[in-house]
Amino acid sequence: MKTTYTISIFTEDSIGLLNRITIIFTRRHINIESITASESEVKGIYRYTIVVTVTKILVENLVKQIDKQIEVLKAFYHVNSEIVSREIALYKVSSNALRENDLFIKIINDNHAKILSVSNDYVVIEKTGDEVGISQLFKDLEKFGVLEFARSGKVAITKPMKTLTTYLKEIESNSKITIKNYNSN
Amino acid sequence: MKKHNKYNSEVTGAEALILALLDENVTDIFGYPGGAIMPVYDALYDYMDKLNHYLVRHEQGATHAAQGYSRVSKKPGVVLATSGPGATNLITGIADAQIDSTPLVCITGQVASHLLGTDAFQETDVLGISMPITKWNIQVTKAEDIAPAIAKAFYIATSGRPGPVLVDITKDAQFGKTNYQYKKCESIRSYVPYPKVNIEDITMAANLINEAERPFILCGHGVLLSGAEKQLLELAEKANIPVASTLLGLSTFPPENPLYVGYLGMHGNYGPNLLTNECDVLIAIGMRFDDRVTGNVSKYAKQAKVVHFEIDPSEVNKIIQADIAVLGDAKESLELLLPKIKSKNRKEWLKRFEECNVIEDEKVIRQAINPDSEKLRMAEVIDKFHKISEGDAIVVTDVGQHQMITSRYYKFNQPNHFVTSGGLGTMGFGLPAAIGAKVALPNKEVVTVLGDGGFQMTIQELGTIMQSNIAVKIIVLNNNFLGMVRQWQQLFFDRRYSFTEMKNPDFIAVAAGYGIKGKKVTKRDDLYQAIKEMYEAKEAYLLEVVVENEENVFPMVTTGAGVSEIILE
Repeated sequence: MKTTYTISIFTEDSIGLLNRITIIFTRRHINIESITASESEVKGIYRYTIVVTVTKILVENLVKQIDKQIEVLKAFYHVNSEIVSREIALYKVSSNALRENDLFIKIINDNHAKILSVSNDYVVIEKTGDEVGISQLFKDLEKFGVLEFARSGKVAITKPMKTLTTYLKEIESNSKITIKNYNSN
Repeated sequence: MKKHNKYNSEVTGAEALILALLDENVTDIFGYPGGAIMPVYDALYDYMDKLNHYLVRHEQGATHAAQGYSRVSKKPGVVLATSGPGATNLITGIADAQIDSTPLVCITGQVASHLLGTDAFQETDVLGISMPITKWNIQVTKAEDIAPAIAKAFYIATSGRPGPVLVDITKDAQFGKTNYQYKKCESIRSYVPYPKVNIEDITMAANLINEAERPFILCGHGVLLSGAEKQLLELAEKANIPVASTLLGLSTFPPENPLYVGYLGMHGNYGPNLLTNECDVLIAIGMRFDDRVTGNVSKYAKQAKVVHFEIDPSEVNKIIQADIAVLGDAKESLELLLPKIKSKNRKEWLKRFEECNVIEDEKVIRQAINPDSEKLRMAEVIDKFHKISEGDAIVVTDVGQHQMITSRYYKFNQPNHFVTSGGLGTMGFGLPAAIGAKVALPNKEVVTVLGDGGFQMTIQELGTIMQSNIAVKIIVLNNNFLGMVRQWQQLFFDRRYSFTEMKNPDFIAVAAGYGIKGKKVTKRDDLYQAIKEMYEAKEAYLLEVVVENEENVFPMVTTGAGVSEIILE
């Protein structure tokens, strides 16, 4: 059975690593639904958040293959109930929408959205929420004509309390285990 | 030769690379020069007394030679090539090394950094191209970054589950100046090469093995890579457990030991395949359940509990779900396991393998090595070669029918004496890999067994043999077909032999053109003496044996079949 999983990957700051990671998905013909990247709470360590809908066995395999990449510190996967997540969406509608001011403002208020920018030609609306809410606002705004629409992809915080620094300490200490199987090392 | 005070003196990036290789105790390099790597070749000119460079005839040959070198010597193989086509020619060998866990350090030249991304002459994005087939890769654009990149490259290639790495060095970095200092890489904080063995997993594994009535060990390449041959032997002998080997695991277990039951997989032995589906505990050590081993996974060892000893966590539960997975280096894990293993008599179970052996011997082996056909058969050649060399040769194969026959009929006395392309199945692997093996161990007899197809994929490496006087012995089993594909066409495509028949050159004349002695054998009466002559030759030698055109390799686990549905004829 396929489920939506949010994969969080903590990495060193390294050129090309994102490419290395996405290859793991493309090899298996898996579509990445959303992907975001930013620096984490630890300086110099980056966090990628990738959303895919796959089986549990597959997500386990994917995460292990990601974790195996040299510059990946740690990769996790979570189902929706294990994370708190949000994405942001921007909608551009024609300023004609302002002619039906009451309805327009009601839609914005009902969807907990806000007007970000107004010009002679268009209005830009911002909404932060989950996928369902963002799609709902899109539907509601369609009657005014959505000229442009962009969403950020999911950012997520996990509920388990073990901190990244704890993991980092474990990984760093395990990384020092050495066995000399080769004549060179 | 240049006298140099290497530490804390200013050198070019190119020289820093050479010094770093020396600091990693590299003695041999396989490579091919070209525009973007010229500063390195120029620096190499001053170090010819310390570094042996073997000039191959195509960069693919350099990668395979480095693989052969590494597999027999347990040292990383080092490859040098230029940018663009030089770099892309490495790709097949790198992919082969990745899937067969072979440590290679590939160094490629790259266009100057200000030209990156501009489609400059001989520019190719080798970093991008090699990303899915390297354990790690890096592009270096500054002279001072070369030595640290090389240190990391060697550490990553040779630690944990080994694999190929690639260091791409721009031409301006090679020309740039730097103060050379070398610090070996001893760990990388984001990389755990040796998972810490969990003692609870060891105890659970030991309990399962001790309780088993019909345990069965599958040993793979991981045992050789971790040097756990003795521990494996001790485990098998202590508990009377039969041992079978994967293709890349061959030469791990002493063939004459009564507990050795043979070779696994599509063209493996009858017993090990059939009885995989009768054992009660399957003990997989350093192997990854390749589809050529498992056949149809839905019919694979369903009755058995699976214990998987594995260094790479991503291999656990990838193909076969393990009941107990022991993560870690095979040798370390087995050493922890051994004291917990109890001796047990498993005569009845071992007898099952003997029974299977008798059947296979009668239906397949006897006819294969003592045929009544007029034409020679591949197995009799390998059997005689085994007897003449007494199982002591380093044997390197190419890919196809001759490879399966060699795996079946040559019995290896010592570990790391078999080199073959397993996971990728790279035709053209054999000849250059044999060159590398001979360079690594010049005092050993290195014999490569090739088919007429694969030989011609890298036949130009006869030039490398000629130029560097490498005494590789070559047996070409010539059936004038791409035999394995033809076998499949016969069995599964209604004998429609679509482009598998080969019109071949006069191989002996080709070898003679490179100054290599040779002989062609067509008759059984001449075979033994001809192999002996080849084996005892002091220099490189080509023995062409003309064999039956349409011979099939059996037993066989056909596509979609389970291992116990193995057919004998």
